[in-house]
Order: sequence, then structure tokens, then C-alpha cells
Amino acid sequence: MFENLSDKLQNTLSKLRGKGKLTEKDIDVAMKEVKMSLLEADVNYKVVKLFINNVKERALGAKVMESLTPGQQVVKIVHEELIKIMGQGESSLKINSNGITCFMMCGLQGAGKTTAAGKLAKKLKKDGKSPLLVACDIYRPAAIKQLQVVGESVDVPVFEMGDKTPPVKIVKEAIKHAMKNGNDIVLIDTAGRLHIDDQLMDELVQIKQAVNPDEILLLLDAMTGQDAIKVAETFNQYLDITGVILTKVDGDARGGAVLSIRNVVDRPIKFLSVGEKMDQLETFHPNRMASRILGMGDVLSIIEKAQDAFDEKQAIELQKKLKAQDFNLEDFLAQLQQMKNMGPLDELLEMIPGIGGNKKLKGLKVDEKEFVYIEAIIQSMTKKERLNPSIIKGSRRKRIAAGSGTSVQKVNQLLKQYDEMRKMIKKFSSMGTGKKKGLGGMGSFRMPF
Amino acid sequence: MDKDKKGFFSKLKEGLSKTKKNLTDQIGNIVFKHKKINDEFLEELEEILITSDMGVETTMNIIDYIKDEAKKRKLEDTAEIKDVIKEYLVNMLQENDNEEDYKDKQRVILVVGVNGVGKTTSIGKIAYRLKQSGNSVIVAAADTFRAAAVEQLKDWCEKADVDIVASEQGSDPGAVVFDAIQSAKARKADVLICDTAGRLHNKKNLMNELSKIFKILDKEFSEAKIDVYLVIDATTGQNGIIQAKLFSETCGINGLILTKLDGTAKGGIAFPIVNVLKIPIKYVGVGEKIDDLQDFNPVDFVNAIFE
Repeated sequence: MFENLSDKLQNTLSKLRGKGKLTEKDIDVAMKEVKMSLLEADVNYKVVKLFINNVKERALGAKVMESLTPGQQVVKIVHEELIKIMGQGESSLKINSNGITCFMMCGLQGAGKTTAAGKLAKKLKKDGKSPLLVACDIYRPAAIKQLQVVGESVDVPVFEMGDKTPPVKIVKEAIKHAMKNGNDIVLIDTAGRLHIDDQLMDELVQIKQAVNPDEILLLLDAMTGQDAIKVAETFNQYLDITGVILTKVDGDARGGAVLSIRNVVDRPIKFLSVGEKMDQLETFHPNRMASRILGMGDVLSIIEKAQDAFDEKQAIELQKKLKAQDFNLEDFLAQLQQMKNMGPLDELLEMIPGIGGNKKLKGLKVDEKEFVYIEAIIQSMTKKERLNPSIIKGSRRKRIAAGSGTSVQKVNQLLKQYDEMRKMIKKFSSMGTGKKKGLGGMGSFRMPF
Repeated sequence: MDKDKKGFFSKLKEGLSKTKKNLTDQIGNIVFKHKKINDEFLEELEEILITSDMGVETTMNIIDYIKDEAKKRKLEDTAEIKDVIKEYLVNMLQENDNEEDYKDKQRVILVVGVNGVGKTTSIGKIAYRLKQSGNSVIVAAADTFRAAAVEQLKDWCEKADVDIVASEQGSDPGAVVFDAIQSAKARKADVLICDTAGRLHNKKNLMNELSKIFKILDKEFSEAKIDVYLVIDATTGQNGIIQAKLFSETCGINGLILTKLDGTAKGGIAFPIVNVLKIPIKYVGVGEKIDDLQDFNPVDFVNAIFE
């Protein structure tokens, strides 16, 4: 739906190719596109105006680097400015070395507070802390139960006093409970509330006064529109928040609200919540967020995902094999399984720049069933066949097809793809490119369909 | 201490009433400021519309329309503009609202949307309304994924005094819907409302699951009139359009529920959704109480934006 900003600029500024400097006129043309792009990403109108003015000043008379087109140069400047604004401030959490540390989560209804509280608890636990979750949402039906289920799934205790006790009392008791039970971090999950609900906002202020939290974190949905600025402003006025957790980042919203918030309340973004599994809490990288807001894809996240999923030892072994041009179907299978560990393929594809905005590729559906077939076929081979696929002739093919519940055609297809891969690897390794880490495997891997 | 506190809060409220300032004031201001329709006026108008989340495209359409109309009707006075904009927006919303008659049929409402938009709460309110107007209602708790979603829905159903078909967390949502259909048939319920887990529209697997649920309804309950309502949070920005588009592709949305309109968000995203995808808005959510759900009325909605 949204065209990539750099593509757009490329078109608008294509005539300028070869010019050495950006003139005021060039920049005006470019800034119009930048403005639209930021507005489409939900950056607040006022913030966009301010931002554009700043960038304009910087861009005026900037030299176009030799390797870049004027369009790319503008994108580079915009990108750098975005990183500068979003990257300020301490993104780690303030944790007391002695005594109890207290974090408080707040935000609108449905921002993802409870889920994020669970994720944070899990992370803290992993870091060797002993967190305690505190259920202060006494309003929404079954909210306490939800936190209990979440707490159980991350194996962190949940303190609650039912839905009849005022939250201020609950948090005071929770601190006592934590002291008694040796919990060093208290994580308060508050009820979702509208920022204009004075009564409920007062309640938060009272909670704050009662326990004096070390961090007050505002949870913000990445899909939020222009109103984000008011929400953040108001929560900050009441509570003087210490940071922001951006949630639902695994959606495809470009998350321009983050930029607005940075501009208005000047508090750091501490974490990104990126899925429904309890370990999906990521540190914030301003450069990636900048690319995302500009609709430029998120290559780095893919690389990180790949690094997580690929077993380094296996990768090194594979690399050796590649060098020796000794890549067999066993390796192929192992590689396939590692690919699967990275998560659904179409999610990965979405993150690749050019695909997110490319209309033709957007509809591309990756049939994960193909993987299942391929796995079944390879698993229906004998070890000997896997190590030396050239011996697989007619009758063996029939047997493998029957064994894997596929057809001879499918087996043929796979063997042909394997052959192609081998050829490619041959070329690749003769070029002498020894890539680093798990990505060595990736570089040579071509989708078998 | 108490005195201090009061000072703090009253100050705060003062500040807040500023942010609460709505479109009418703002438009009033620029109308007053400019008197005549000129570029400066139009630029400020553009800002107001964009900050309501209407999006660049819809905003530009409105601005173009105003320019044209101003010429056609020979309008020069900015004060007349307000009515022109209202008229345009109401038209946009009305165009697509063609309510079918299905009085004799059993009815299914499948409620879908991304996480945290207020699906379960909206279902509680819809169930209550339908029950109050004399319908027998069954609710299917097909959000078997989120922690305590079933409990939350049970709580609402108790308040609304309607029956619920539920299974435990982690069970197959398709199976829950299937069971609910059987029980709606057996008990000759007027309306079956199906809750679903929140899902981001770009997650293929979860969207496939939703498509399966829809197919079960379509196949097993073909005699019923099936409505699929997408819940959109009024604070949602431009991503709302993609949401509506992808949910539509998966299960043919034919109505919108716009929630959380009691905040400062204007819900302007509804305009491009209605405009581009031709899906009418059915209900608006305006609070957390069980009767805080209103039928959508284009004139009221547009007036509220300009109030």
C-alpha cells in the first residue's frame, strides 16, 4: 500500500542525477515526499513540520556523495536525523543494586500491558532477578486471571487481592509481600485507562506516590495514529514517565507514533514487544525504527533472526563442506530445518526492503507445505542415498515417492533443485567467499521452489 | 499537602481542556482568522483533518472538493466551508450503508480484529443490546488463545444474561464455533455471536485460522445470515486501512465497529476505510459500561467531530 520512500524520491529526483549539490528547489521537492511518507507512517502533523524544517536546513547545500543519487542522499539525511531523535536517552532499565526495584506499567486499554509485563518478568528472571507481578487491574473482567495465566507461563509469582481492594492498597501490600518473599523486582500491571479519565489518572498518581517506582513505563501500540502525542503528553504530565515500550511491533504499522512521542515528551524507548510469545521482547534499535518509519524494510532484524536460529557449530561445519564441495542431501535437510526455526517465511519476506512495498511480491505466498514435502522425501531416502544422491535412479525414485507419500515428479524436482544448488555452491566456493557465522549457510541457500 | 495536590490537578485540567479542544473550535479559529478561502486557510484545514487520522489521501480529496465547491457555488466566506465539509463527510459515510432485511433468518455475527481493539468488550455490549431488544443470544468463546479471554467473555455474558459456549484455553477455535452452531440450531437462537482471538493481519497462519472459522460458519450454518464485523480502535492510525483490507480478503467484512471513541482520538481512520473498502460502520463504542455502545449514525458522528 505504501510506496517505499526511497523509491519515490528516486523517481522525483531522478532528473537530478549527476548533480554535485542539493539545491533549495531539489530539497523542496524531496521534502514534500518526505512529509507525505511521515504522515502515512502516523507521525504527528506538527512533529512532521518541525522535523522537515530541521532536515531542510541540514540538507541545504549538502554535498551529494559520489556513490549516491540525490534521492538517496536526501533519504540518508532524513534517516540520520530520525536516528538522532529516537536514539537519545538511556534505553536500559534502572535497577537498584540493593533492596526492591519497582516498575510500573501504564497505558490505554488494549495497548498490551499485561502481555508486556509477562515478557518483562521473564526477561528479568532470565537475568537472575526474582520478579513479582502485581495485579492492579481491578476493573476489566478477568484481567487478574489473565495476569495469573501469564505469570504461570513465565513461572513468576503474581500478587493479587481480588477486584475489590483499591490499587493503592494492593501495591503497598505487594511491596511488603515482595520483601517477605525475597522478590527484588516488583512489576505493577495497572488497568488500561483513557488519558482524559481524570479519576483513573489520579489513581495512577496515587500508586506512584505510594511506591515511588524506579521506572514508569508507558505502553504504546505501534498502530496508534495522530492521537499518540496527546496520550503520551497527558500520561507524562500526570506521572513523569521514564520510558516507553512500543507494542505490537510485529504488525506492519510503520510506527511513526514513536517519533512523535520522542519529540513531545522526550523519553527513551526501552523495549519493543514483537509477538505473543513470552520471549518476544526486543531492545530498541533507533536505526531500524528509522528504516521502518520510512518504509524501508528491516534487514537487520532478519539478520538477527537468522543468527538466532542458525546453530553456529552446524554452520561452520557446513561451511567446511561447502569449501570441499561436499554438500549432500543430509546437509540440505539440516539447513531446511534451521530455516524453519526462523519462523514463518512470509513474515521474513515482509521485512525485506522492496518486498514490503512491492505490489507484485506482496501477494507472494510461501507455501510452507513445500517444506514438509521436501522433508518427507529426504527422510524417505536411505542414508546412503542422502550422502550420494547420484545413485538415486528410477526404481529408487519410485520407492522414495511411495515412502514419502508424494509423487515421482516431486522427487525428480527435488533432485534437480539439489543439483542446481550444488552447481551454485561450486561457483560460490570457487570465488573464495568465506562468509562469517551462520550466514555462510544462508548466502548459498536458495529457496527450493 | 492536600492544597498542593489540588493546585496540581486543577492546573492539569486546565492544560487538558486545551488538548480537548476539538475540530469546531479549531476550524472556528481559522475561519475567524482568515475569513476568505485562501491557501493559508486550506493548509490549516489540511492539518486539522490529518490530525484526525483521516490520512493524506482522504484529506487531499476533501481539500480538492472544497476548492471545487467553492468555485462552483461561488463561496468566498470560510464560515460556509464547515457545512460543505460536513456534507461531504456525511455523504461518504452514508453511501455505503445499505442495511439488508433478514428478519426471518437466524443471524451470526463473527467479530474479528487485531489485538487489544476491544472485541470481547464489544461483544458483551452487543449481546446485551440484542438480548434487551428481545432476541435469544448465544455467544461462542472462540478466543481460545489469549490468557483469560474466555473468563472475560463469561463475565460479560453473565452481565448480559446470555448463554455462552466455551472450551478451555488452547483448544481449537473452529471446534468451539462448530459446537456453538449446533447449540444455536438446537435452541433456535436468534443470534449467534462469535468472539475470536486478536490477530495481526500480517500473520498468515492466524489469518488462515480465521478463514477456517469463517468456512465452518459458512458451511455448517448456511441458512443463517452471516455478518462479519471488524473492530477498529479509534486511536488507530493509517495501518487501519491495511487491517481492513486484509481482514476483508480473509473473511469478507461487511461491517465496522469503531471503539474507544470516548478518548480524544477522532476515529478519522474510519473515513478512508469506509471510502476505499465500502464497508459501513455499524456500531461505535463510547465507554466501558455494558450500555456504552451506540448504533452508528453518520450525521451524529460527523457532527461530533465538528462539535
